[in-house]
Amino acid sequence: MVVKKSRRDFLGMAFGGFAAVGGIMSLGAMKASWNPLPSVKAAGFTTVDLSSMQDGDLQTITWRGKPVFILKKTDEMKKIDSRDVIVNSEEYAVMIGLCTHLGCIPSWQAERMIFHCACHGGEFDASGMVTFGPPPRPLDIPPFKIDGTKLTLGEEGPQYKKLEAKA
Amino acid sequence: MAQITKSKSIGEWLDQRLATKKLAKVMMTEYWIPKDINFLWAMGIVLVVLFKILIISGIFLMMYYKPDVDLAFDSVNYTIMQEVEYGWLWRNMHAVAASMMFLVIYIHMFTAIYYGSYKNGREMIWLTGMALFVTFSAAGFSGYMLPWGQMSFWAAQVITNLFGGVPLIGDALVVWIRGDFAVADATLTRFFMLHVFLLPLVIIFLIVIHFYSLRIPHVNNQEGEDIDFDKESEKYLKGDKKESKVVPFWPVFLAKDFYVVSVCLTLFFFFVFYYNGFAMPAVNFEPADPMVTPKYIYPEWYFLWSYEVLRGFFFDIGPIKAMDIGLIAFGFANVIFFIFPFLDKDPRVLPAHKRPRFKIWFWVLIFTMIVLTVYGKLPPKGINNIIGFISSMTFISLFLILPYITKKDAGGVK
Repeated sequence: MVVKKSRRDFLGMAFGGFAAVGGIMSLGAMKASWNPLPSVKAAGFTTVDLSSMQDGDLQTITWRGKPVFILKKTDEMKKIDSRDVIVNSEEYAVMIGLCTHLGCIPSWQAERMIFHCACHGGEFDASGMVTFGPPPRPLDIPPFKIDGTKLTLGEEGPQYKKLEAKA
Repeated sequence: MAQITKSKSIGEWLDQRLATKKLAKVMMTEYWIPKDINFLWAMGIVLVVLFKILIISGIFLMMYYKPDVDLAFDSVNYTIMQEVEYGWLWRNMHAVAASMMFLVIYIHMFTAIYYGSYKNGREMIWLTGMALFVTFSAAGFSGYMLPWGQMSFWAAQVITNLFGGVPLIGDALVVWIRGDFAVADATLTRFFMLHVFLLPLVIIFLIVIHFYSLRIPHVNNQEGEDIDFDKESEKYLKGDKKESKVVPFWPVFLAKDFYVVSVCLTLFFFFVFYYNGFAMPAVNFEPADPMVTPKYIYPEWYFLWSYEVLRGFFFDIGPIKAMDIGLIAFGFANVIFFIFPFLDKDPRVLPAHKRPRFKIWFWVLIFTMIVLTVYGKLPPKGINNIIGFISSMTFISLFLILPYITKKDAGGVK
């Protein structure tokens, strides 16, 4: 059989080709319109002074719309080199307070020394390590920088980089 | 071109241009429905009525609702509920109709499963119906977010986080869907668009296809009898109405439908006026607070069974994380109903009471889904975790054995 390419085929292919390219490019534009806005991406930094915290205190602060737990560790709590944040030679646990399963805020149960997530029953110890339930990884550590007794969230300081390398 | 002559009436004028008489015959007076059916066959029309109520009440809500994280809560709970005349009525109707819609969808769906109305030429009805179920679920979820109460926020947080389970791109996908690192203003406005425009448009389109796909293979009947619609309709048109096995959609079938619709609407308005709490939980009358997760969070009752399958797996199995097992099970639960017609290996269209093994299977499925729904609402502690796990496993196993059971029932019939 002889394959015959006519002018009509050429027109059809040219038309179809242009339409396909246009369609794909407009899909790209639609995808991009759903991206976070520059103002959202440039969300700011949060600084907190830790000097007034007592052993066993937990404070929750807001950073980029998310809760961040800062827990001053007591002697009974296990020390973990790859997660503990040292400020003024005291150990702290600093982590994003959203369960790594589906993002609910776990609540601190001081007497059991665990964070318990009411949504699906996940549990984390004082260092944010998973001890029970569906969370796939420990609580995330936000980027931070230490300056004296001040902790700045959102900036990657030398200690954060060290922890990241150990993890 | 059609013969255009001077018309004696508006009806005739339209008929010459739009063939309205022919259309009415095809769609209404000569669309044949079997006689051997029961009230469960009226659920489709009940759903149409509920969807109309959703659209009408939604129009009035949309005139005062403000899709903005600072304004949304008050626009619903103060402006609509207290200032707008009958605003509370539209809101109650909208919430209750959404909830009742799912109840009727489930009845509609399990009726089809019981009577085998999804196979042997009726697959497209099933597939478009399932597509409607999924789209309605998305519409229900996006609408639940709009009042921007505590449950709205945390449901949005958990459901968008589910996409984090997608391999490789999960985390980026979650941020992309939200338009922010956390559920925020960008999330609310885009879900508002989905809820009031895109999803209703898709739903209307799917309803048209759903109805059309029913017109050709016709409605099933209580005994799965293969009716010769040409022969039976001829009898009916000749005046042999008693002998004929069919009746016209309009006026005979719809007259009975209207009765069932009336009963359902009585129940509906009872809920709207006296018992609307189940559709609008108290926690959602507190404004959204990204810093406090409510003590117990749970989805609307119609999502509880799949939510329980999601959290039924609370332990790791070897290298597979509990979260991934839960997500896989959840994905399975949401997809498996789609392929129902292809899991049923019995080619005959029969009601469950004529299929010995399938009948048991059907009632075990209903029981399991009720258990999952009940435990989906209970806090995930102690024995609840175990029951959740067992019933999730039962649910999944039921679908794995379905092809064997139906094949056995068929007993070699090809």
